[in-house]
Amino acid sequence: MSDSNDNYVLEISGVNKTFGGLKALSGINLKVREGSTHAIIGPNGAGKSTLLNTCIAKLVPDSGSIIFAGRDLTDGMTPHGINQLGVSRVFQTPEIFPELSLLHNVMIPAFAKRDGFFKFNLFEWLRDEKQLEGEAMHYLDNLGLSGSAEVHAGSLSRGDKRRLELAMCLIQHPKLLLLDEPTAGMSRHDTNRTIDLLKEIKEGGMTKIIIEHDMHVVFSLADRISVLAQGAIIAEDEPEAIKGHPRVREAYLGSAEI
Amino acid sequence: MEAINPSSGRKDNLTMIAFTVVVLTAPLWGKLIGADYPDLLQRFAIFGLFAIGFNLLFGLTGYLSFGHAAFLGIGSYTAAWSFKLLSMNPIPAVIFALLLSGLFAAVIGYVSLKRTGIYFAILTLAFAQMSYNLAYSVLTPITNGETGLRVLRDDPRIIDTALGVEIQGPLLGSFFGIEMTGYSGFYFCAVMLIAGFYVALRVFRSPFGMKLAAIKSNQTRMEYTGYNPKPYLLAIFIISGMYAGLAGALMVIVDPLAGAERMQWTVSGEVVLMTILGGVGTLVGPLLGAAIIKYFENIFSAINESVLLATFDFLPEGLQEFMVTIVHPFVGGGWHLTLGILFMSVIIFMPGGIMEGIRHLTDWIRRRKE
Amino acid sequence: MDAILIQILNGLDKGGAYALIALGLTLVFGTLGVVNFAHGALFMLGAFVSVTVQNILTISKKVKDESITFFDAYKETPYLEIWWGDTGTMIIDYAVPISIFVAIPVMLLIGLAMERGLIRFFYKRGDADQILVTFGLAIVIQEIVKANYGANPIPTPAPEIVAGSAPVGSWLGLGADLVYPWWRLIYLFFAITIISTVFAFLHYTTFGMVVRAGMHDRETVGLLGINIERRFTIVFGLAAVVAGLAGTMYTPILPPDYHMGMDFLVLSFVVVVVGGMGSLAGAVAAGFLLGILQSFASMNEVKSVLPAIDQIIIYLVAVIVLLVRPKGLMGKD
Repeated sequence: MSDSNDNYVLEISGVNKTFGGLKALSGINLKVREGSTHAIIGPNGAGKSTLLNTCIAKLVPDSGSIIFAGRDLTDGMTPHGINQLGVSRVFQTPEIFPELSLLHNVMIPAFAKRDGFFKFNLFEWLRDEKQLEGEAMHYLDNLGLSGSAEVHAGSLSRGDKRRLELAMCLIQHPKLLLLDEPTAGMSRHDTNRTIDLLKEIKEGGMTKIIIEHDMHVVFSLADRISVLAQGAIIAEDEPEAIKGHPRVREAYLGSAEI
Repeated sequence: MEAINPSSGRKDNLTMIAFTVVVLTAPLWGKLIGADYPDLLQRFAIFGLFAIGFNLLFGLTGYLSFGHAAFLGIGSYTAAWSFKLLSMNPIPAVIFALLLSGLFAAVIGYVSLKRTGIYFAILTLAFAQMSYNLAYSVLTPITNGETGLRVLRDDPRIIDTALGVEIQGPLLGSFFGIEMTGYSGFYFCAVMLIAGFYVALRVFRSPFGMKLAAIKSNQTRMEYTGYNPKPYLLAIFIISGMYAGLAGALMVIVDPLAGAERMQWTVSGEVVLMTILGGVGTLVGPLLGAAIIKYFENIFSAINESVLLATFDFLPEGLQEFMVTIVHPFVGGGWHLTLGILFMSVIIFMPGGIMEGIRHLTDWIRRRKE
Repeated sequence: MDAILIQILNGLDKGGAYALIALGLTLVFGTLGVVNFAHGALFMLGAFVSVTVQNILTISKKVKDESITFFDAYKETPYLEIWWGDTGTMIIDYAVPISIFVAIPVMLLIGLAMERGLIRFFYKRGDADQILVTFGLAIVIQEIVKANYGANPIPTPAPEIVAGSAPVGSWLGLGADLVYPWWRLIYLFFAITIISTVFAFLHYTTFGMVVRAGMHDRETVGLLGINIERRFTIVFGLAAVVAGLAGTMYTPILPPDYHMGMDFLVLSFVVVVVGGMGSLAGAVAAGFLLGILQSFASMNEVKSVLPAIDQIIIYLVAVIVLLVRPKGLMGKD
């Protein structure tokens, strides 16, 4: 792996978060290099999703800072403001628009990218948005969903919903893509397709943080891995090194074969 | 069912033309169903506008306002004051009613939209009830309290006086000399209705409308997708309030009297009924619901015992009386009972309203054909 | 001092009615998750139980009036008086208290029928559908009552013995001119009794504990394998009885008419929201609080400073509470 690129897209420093008396995140420091894929692994309840939530202002940490594009995301930023800066997120349970068609599901984020957080385009015709529609179809096609572009998103299988959500994020060309178990509930075949797709995007220079339990996915994609246990980062290194790391084995991987 | 679709330009134009023709020929087809008197047709148009506007908010965003009557009342009072101070011409009345109801909607909407669901409904209800109670009590100098605000012969009417326009005969709205009563009153309302329908169509076919539907579907997703839902919601709330204001103004234009009872929450309830009955989130449904409710209200509430006796005259005497006893509670003053039962049935069995029924019917016919 | 005390007392009886209605609303919302717009109609139905009982007790026949001698005059005399004389008259006089015993089973049946026949089909539907269908039901109930009892308020006086006023002032050593209608005092104690009974029921019976646990965390209770559905039905019946009794006893204070339910419902919703949706104690506290607040707002001294404040005080409080404390005074986040 090249260390030549020292531009960090995201710098998390000293982030703490407690719920009640429970310490969910303690002193998290994490730097994510531009264009890299950074995986966060760890047992259930280690605080992985909580960490991602603090990055999109879903949660406000008790202390610490998260610097992205020169802005501190924990400092009064709104979720839509953070998205407009270039951060998109795939959620653990897919967040889509169940009543809308797949095509519209993907067009909505494209509009957000083009029009900003608010545009009073009441006297424009939706039917004139051919370019945007074409782009949306392209992304649906990439994820193998173009066949059901007119179907309501609510009727999709869980795996398809995930892929739809991924398309919704990708069409925004985010600078930073947060993926919370993007392949959970997918068949092996679909998982491999998603891996290929995510690899492809890598060439476009998109930075990704990925939370994943499936080690096959992690080791196919990640440039760097952080291991989270009980709210703290216990190890951070390149994939090969992580495999052999004794504390990681103990805390998370157990004796299981990777 | 998705309310928003891009549709084709041709189809939209056809819809508009068909709609315009149907509305303008209402006096003709009204004859067929015994609705060919201007008073009733005016009500179709006015409540149609009210319901179309309400549906823009509730149908597209899912925010249930129980306080739209407030804007109806504000529109009415504004129009009446425009008649009193400026001119009997309906144009300034409409303009000022739109502006003022929009302003009130902006304030009430800004506050109410801080909450969602049942809390939003209660906030709007609270604001409407406050307006209603104030109109009856402390605002009497503006609203003339229980008596209602009337247009008087010695009102200043600055514009009319300056232009030397004098009102002969009864004090009625006058569109450059055309009295806003009877069919001319209806046609004025009809033009407003067509304009209102056109705006609603544009909302339904615009990216803006699609974003509203997305807010209804998953507001959280919208926020993490880079949208601030608040200005969208506020914008449509204001537009929706302006429709109600326009409807209120038209009530005064065809009959120059504004009363506080128009602000009561039962009126807000009525527009909800109309919208649900016709079909929430559909373009034509709310208008249909409004027309049906006003039509049956007109027919049913006019039926009394002697009419019933005459209707069932063909039956033998005992049976005739029996039928009259059965039907009587549902007509005349009991019209609201029929309405309540109808409304409940729609929600229980056909939540999509009449429009859903029509769709089922056309689907069924299509399947039969194949 | 006297003036303040009398305003508090004046607010308490109305507050009692608010609290009783809001208690039922909250119970139903907290356990069943249903926003019941027909709850006010239950209050109104309770009031009309009084009217019905009074009507039945005074079923009359024409009797020759013996006091008029120079021509044949007839007057309507209730059967009860004909049969039992003064005892009959007394029974009629006690129509409202007697109605309580009728109202309990009647309201329970109405509540159970409502839940089984309609509400249960709406557990899984959205807020809006629940509001709308119960709103429709409220209209239907209201119109049926109107068709049968007419549109005018029907006087249902309290028993003669408590028709006057209680010398509250002299009890408290505050001067004899401070008096308070007996019936309102009774209503207040009645409301407190009912509220205490409901709370005791919820706290000291197994059934009540399950219901409270259900309000707290419905899923877990469902997972415990407890038949929550049947309890829902009973809770709804209970709420109907509470609302009904509130109405039955309120008739001497306010002669019932068909739309009294709606008037109270709107206010009670505000009460529930102010108290905190789902908080029983909050509903009761907010009920009394808003009753008293309304009573103070209607004082002339207050109105001269803030005109018409009595008309809008409750709504104003609702708006402020919703904005400042979105979950109400005692609501949990």
